Parts: sequence; C-alpha cells; structure tokens
Amino acid sequence: MAGNSSLYLRRRFTNALALTLSTMATVLGLVFLAWILWETLRQGIGALTLKLFTKITAYGEDGGLANAMVGSFIINLIGILIATPIGVLAGAWLAEYANRTRLGESIRFLNDILLSAPSIVLGLFVYTIIVLPTTALTSGNTTFSGLAGGVALALIALPVIVRTTDEMLRLVPSTLREASLSLGIPQWKLTTQILMRSARSGIITGVLLALARISGETAPLLFTAFGNNYMTVNPMDKMSSLPQVIYQYANDPGEAMHAIAWAGAFVLTMFVLLLSLASRLVLSRSKVSHD
Amino acid sequence: MQANVGAVASTMVQEERAHRDARHDRLFSWLLKGCALLVLASLLGAAGATLWGGRHAFGTFGWHFLFSSAWDPGSDTYGALVPVYGTIATSVIALLIAVPISFGVALYLSEVAPTWLRTPVASAIELLAGIPSIIYGMWGLFIFAPFFADHIKPWLTNYLGNKPDDGKLSWVAQHTFVGKLFGSDYPFGASVLTAGIVLAVMIIPFISSVMREVFQTVPTRLKESAYALGSSTWEVSWDIVLPYTRSAVIGGIFLGLGRALGETMAVTFVLGNAMQFSASILDPGASIASTIANQFSEAAGLQKSTLMALAFLLFVVTFIVLLIARWMLRQLAHKEGR
Repeated sequence: MAGNSSLYLRRRFTNALALTLSTMATVLGLVFLAWILWETLRQGIGALTLKLFTKITAYGEDGGLANAMVGSFIINLIGILIATPIGVLAGAWLAEYANRTRLGESIRFLNDILLSAPSIVLGLFVYTIIVLPTTALTSGNTTFSGLAGGVALALIALPVIVRTTDEMLRLVPSTLREASLSLGIPQWKLTTQILMRSARSGIITGVLLALARISGETAPLLFTAFGNNYMTVNPMDKMSSLPQVIYQYANDPGEAMHAIAWAGAFVLTMFVLLLSLASRLVLSRSKVSHD
Repeated sequence: MQANVGAVASTMVQEERAHRDARHDRLFSWLLKGCALLVLASLLGAAGATLWGGRHAFGTFGWHFLFSSAWDPGSDTYGALVPVYGTIATSVIALLIAVPISFGVALYLSEVAPTWLRTPVASAIELLAGIPSIIYGMWGLFIFAPFFADHIKPWLTNYLGNKPDDGKLSWVAQHTFVGKLFGSDYPFGASVLTAGIVLAVMIIPFISSVMREVFQTVPTRLKESAYALGSSTWEVSWDIVLPYTRSAVIGGIFLGLGRALGETMAVTFVLGNAMQFSASILDPGASIASTIANQFSEAAGLQKSTLMALAFLLFVVTFIVLLIARWMLRQLAHKEGR
C-alpha cells in the first residue's frame, strides 16, 4: 500500500509541477506582450508632437514623419488595390472551380507557403522584375519607386486575401449554389453576385488583415520604394514609408532621431492593432447577422 | 402561325443567351484560373529571380561558396558560411526557447485555465503576433539588448563562459564546450543569443496558436476516457493529447521555424551584423536576411550577386521547411476527414 501512495504522490506532484510551469509560460508570454506594448506607449507618447504629422523627414531632428505617412498610405493603397481583385478571384477559383482538383489543392498548398515566405526575398524579386528593367530604360539611374514598393506589398497581401476568400466562400451553404443554379443563372453571376455577396464580410476581414500585415512590413520596401526625404505623391518616384524611416532613424546614433522613431513606432502599432480589432468586429457582426 | 414564329424567335433568343452565358462562364473561369496561377508564378518568380541574380556568385565560387567564411568586399571574395550559420543558430535558439513555452501556453489555454479566462488570454497572445516585426526590432535594440547586457550576459559569461571578467574559469567552462559557447568579451547586448530570444518572443504566438487549435480537435471522448481511468491533467495532455496531435504539433513548430529563418527586421537590430565567424552565441553575428537588409543598397557587382545567391538559399530552405510544416499539419486534417 505504501508503494501505491508514493506513486500517487509522485503523480500528483508531476501534475502540479507541469500545470504550474504551463501557467508560468503563459504569464511569461503576457509579460513580454505587456513589456513591448508598454515601452512603445511610453516612449512613443513622450515623443508625440504635432510636427510629427506636419513636417517632413528632410528636417531631420526638427522634422516629422509627414512624408513617410503619406508614402506609407500610397504604397499600402497600391498594394491592396493590386492584391484585392487578384486575391479574391484566385480565392473564388480555389473554392468554386477547383475545390477538389489536384491543381486546386496544390495551389492552395503553395498559397499557404507564400503566406510565410520571407518577405525580404519577395522584395528582391520585385527589385529584379520592376526596378532593374526600369533602371535599364532610364540609362542607369536606379529607379526605385513607390509603385515597386506597392507591388512588393501586394505579393505579401495576396496569399492572405486568397486564403480568407477561399475559406469564407467554402463556408457558404451549398443549398444557395444549388438554388441559384436551378434557376438557370450562369456560374459567373452566381459567384460574383450571390456567393461573394454572402461572404462579403469575411472577404473584407481578409483584406483588413492583409492591410494590417503589410503596413508593418519593412524589409521588402528597402530595395523597392527605397525612401525619400521629401514629400511626394508620384508613385513613379522614390517614396519613404513609416517602417522604413523607423528603421533608418533607429539605426541613427542621434537620441532625437530615436525619439521620432519611437513616435513613428507608436503610430504604426496603434494603426495595426486598430486594424486587426476592426477586422474582428467585421467578422463578429457578420456572424450575428447570419443567425 | 403568329404564335409559332414567336415561339421560334424566343427559342432562338434563349439559345443565344445560353451560348452567351456559356462563353462568359468560360472567360470567367479562365480569368479566375489566371489569378490563381499568379500565386504559383510569384513563388517560382521569387526563386527564379534570386537564382538569376545570384548566378555570378554561384559561378565564381562554386560549391566552396557554402563552406567559406570569407566576407571581404575589398578583395571581392564572399562565402555563405557566416550568414547561413547565423540564420540557423538564431532560429534554433528561438525554437529551443519558444517550443516549450508555446506548449505551456497551449496547454494552459486548452486544459488548465478557467473557461472565462481562455478567450481573453488567447486574444492577448494573438495580439503579440499582430505587432509589426520592426517594433520587435526596436524593442530589442533599445530595451531588451541593454537589459540583456546589464543583467543576463555578465552572469552567463562569468559562470558559463571561458572569458570571465575575473579570469577564474568555472568548472563547466573548463571541462565542456559550454565555455566556448558562452565566452565573449564583446561588451554590448547585440548577439546571436539576443536575436534568438527576440525571435522566440515573435514566434511563440504562432506556434502556441497552432498547438491550441489542434489540441482542441482531440475528441472529448478520448480525453474523458483517460480521466475516467484516473489520469491527471498532465497525463492526459502528455499521453493522450500530444500523441494524437503529434504531426500537427511538429507542423506548427516548423511553421514557427519558417518564420524565424526569414525574419529580417527583428533580427537585424539585435544581431550586431558582424561578418565573422564566432563559436560563441554571446558574440555578434549576421543572418542571411540581416546581411541583405544591411548591404544590398550599397552593394554592386559580385557582392550584389552574392546577396542574391544568399536570398536564393534562404528561399529554398524556408520553402522546404514550410513544405514539411504544411504537410505535417495536413496529416491531422486528413485524420479528421476534413
């Protein structure tokens, strides 16, 4: 009997130890989250000034981030405008036309890989297919451009949109498809006007998630949009973006530059977190309306 | 007669309309297929473009490229060893830290935590995944690296390393390889280990959310049977849940590894960007992504080609890792009949 009770005690001890460690792991994760958010808030709000939004980076320590914010806006807009139609149509193909085919399955599989492919390599890809050819056209002046940056971001946004569209369309009940087809509606109309409409909020969520994902991307912009200390809205011009300026300023030895970088980091983090919050809201509201 | 003509006309209209619809359907399906093939094209294109860009480097250095630790823009000789080693070392450290912690988090969220706490804590951990990597980089550079240099590194170098401040070697440092691993006289916080830790913080939410998701797919019957036989929570998790979800758990870990290998910004800030080989994980190093981010804009000729070649290596390795990850994840989905 004594042996049994010692076994029992050992099992209880192991259990208690494991559960305590698991709780500690969670607390550790939350501590890091709180630490990172707290420092971004503290350092960022401290450096937040009006000139951040009104002055351009050309003034350096006395400047702001106005051109970087405008640049980020334009580059992200280009990225989303390219990736959304392509991604939605590709997702619709996966869900409606190639759901159980071999090609469809392989593309779904590869899309998942593209989802976590290293963004810096995608940046180099766009550098090769856009920046290099246009450079050759303009007799050797390296033609970094906001457009190239937008294309690079589109490549990162694309798999996010493809995946959510695919998943959301497959959630639409098939009775809806059968009912529409039995009325004689062509499949393209069924896809665009009935299925996409009923999966609309899910697709919007995907686009918002993709936007949140690309607005924090830095690496692919370094060799595509490059950066520009002056304000420009011309997508064929070099263009700065918020993450790229943060990267540049954080590597600068000057303390004042670090403060601006923190303020930029704060603005960026808030934007991204609000976006992911918004995407969750869109999705949860749609769930309510379906019931 | 009148009615007949009308009927013929209306059949003709209907047929024409059916033809038009069929044509539109065909065009539409081609359009959709074209868009889907763009996904394939961008993956092939990224591999092709970097291979094309790196052809000079591969041609000049051959197989030697992979094993050479040289990096000298002066004499235009480059080797991939230092950045490749840095990439692998930081990722392995990140996994060693992140995997047990992620397992703990997933276990807590699926078995231990009271039900009302699960959703908010899970959302908070997922919030960590949404923070842009450049923010991790800044936090690493300005907050964590100095903290590491002040509080953690001295302890590691003095008690485990072979270059302690007071010159007195500890037993571990004298008798094992640990001494070399932790020996460093570099005074700052940037190091391979620091980068590994920052990467670990970054991939914990990825791995733990995959683990949590797959833990929830374990049939309740199975778990309750084990509980009914008198198993403890830990025994159910370790002997029932984990074996049932093994392939997906490994898939989740490889997914995290894929992230860690290709991560640029978080690593570039805290790795120190030293292009020389050091056995110590407390010395600064370089990874493929950080080398490209630092040097590409100013590089030309053979150096640029070398960076492209490195990008190709990174892409291929990440592709294989992610392929394994997705395949492993799919195993569980098949088991469930999805």
